[in-house]
Amino acid sequence: MSFARSDDGPRIALKILVAGGFGVGKTTLVGSVSEIRPLRTEEFLTDASVGVDDTRGVEAKTTTTVAMDFGRITMRDGVVLYLFGTPGQDRFWFMWNELARGALGAVVLADTRRLTASFASIDYFEQRDIPFVVAVNCFEGAHRYSLEEIRDALDVDPQVPVVTCDARDRESAKHVLISLIEHAVQHSVPAPG
Amino acid sequence: MQSWTDPPGERWIDEAAGPLVRPYALTGGRARPRGEPLDIVAILIGSGRPVPGHVRLTREQQRLLALCRRPYTVADLASELDLPLGVVVVLVDELLEQGLIEVARPAAPAARPDPRLLRRVIDELRAL
Repeated sequence: MSFARSDDGPRIALKILVAGGFGVGKTTLVGSVSEIRPLRTEEFLTDASVGVDDTRGVEAKTTTTVAMDFGRITMRDGVVLYLFGTPGQDRFWFMWNELARGALGAVVLADTRRLTASFASIDYFEQRDIPFVVAVNCFEGAHRYSLEEIRDALDVDPQVPVVTCDARDRESAKHVLISLIEHAVQHSVPAPG
Repeated sequence: MQSWTDPPGERWIDEAAGPLVRPYALTGGRARPRGEPLDIVAILIGSGRPVPGHVRLTREQQRLLALCRRPYTVADLASELDLPLGVVVVLVDELLEQGLIEVARPAAPAARPDPRLLRRVIDELRAL
């Protein structure tokens, strides 16, 4: 019997998060650069959604499941890069801590028409010292701002890379990931002293 | 009374809806794992030990154990079994307690990943 297959399962798993507001292109970015896989997670119905979903007569805590963006890039020697889109709505904040633990870094996808939608993600990764890059998804019809203007508006540290991208384009999405990992390498070098 | 270990009041409306079984029905009523929280990309592998006589595995646990003949991350298991992440975490936790699977690698090399590894990843991404 022979098991001559290249996929012997992951040996080293690296985790990258893709964050950003609703509709900013997270699903598109994950899909253009990685092999997307179906993944569901529980959604706990809290006060925020109880008014919407009819839960009368249900005494136990109710859960329902939602799809998550999940993609894999399999490399040589069992190194696998896992991409997770962080759920955008407020009621998913509880999941972020679980996803962020041990993450190599994060991509904050931004849309210049709604930059404020990126603030929460940027604050989150800054506070936890998780390396991140801001990738501005260039939607057609959106006004093009210079990267400096965007950096000023987002008020990110000078060492945080701010890049433009087209989330639909594989090369562009690759460039975003490479920028992030290069930044993570810098980040991983301990400061002198 | 129907036991939760062989639950198949499972009905399907259609492919998209999935099985009509509450997540806690698959985990014996447990909503939270007991042990340390497992990372979503922790790598698991079957221990190869035989299932003890007194242990009754659910159908989902049997499928999970079969997949873990080779290394699998928690996220990949959930995807492959089409079960919600939280359910898989609880099922895995029980198999860990029973010594039927082991954590091959607890989590992504977190705070200070090896820069050499990262440079290799960059090279491979460029070559994709």
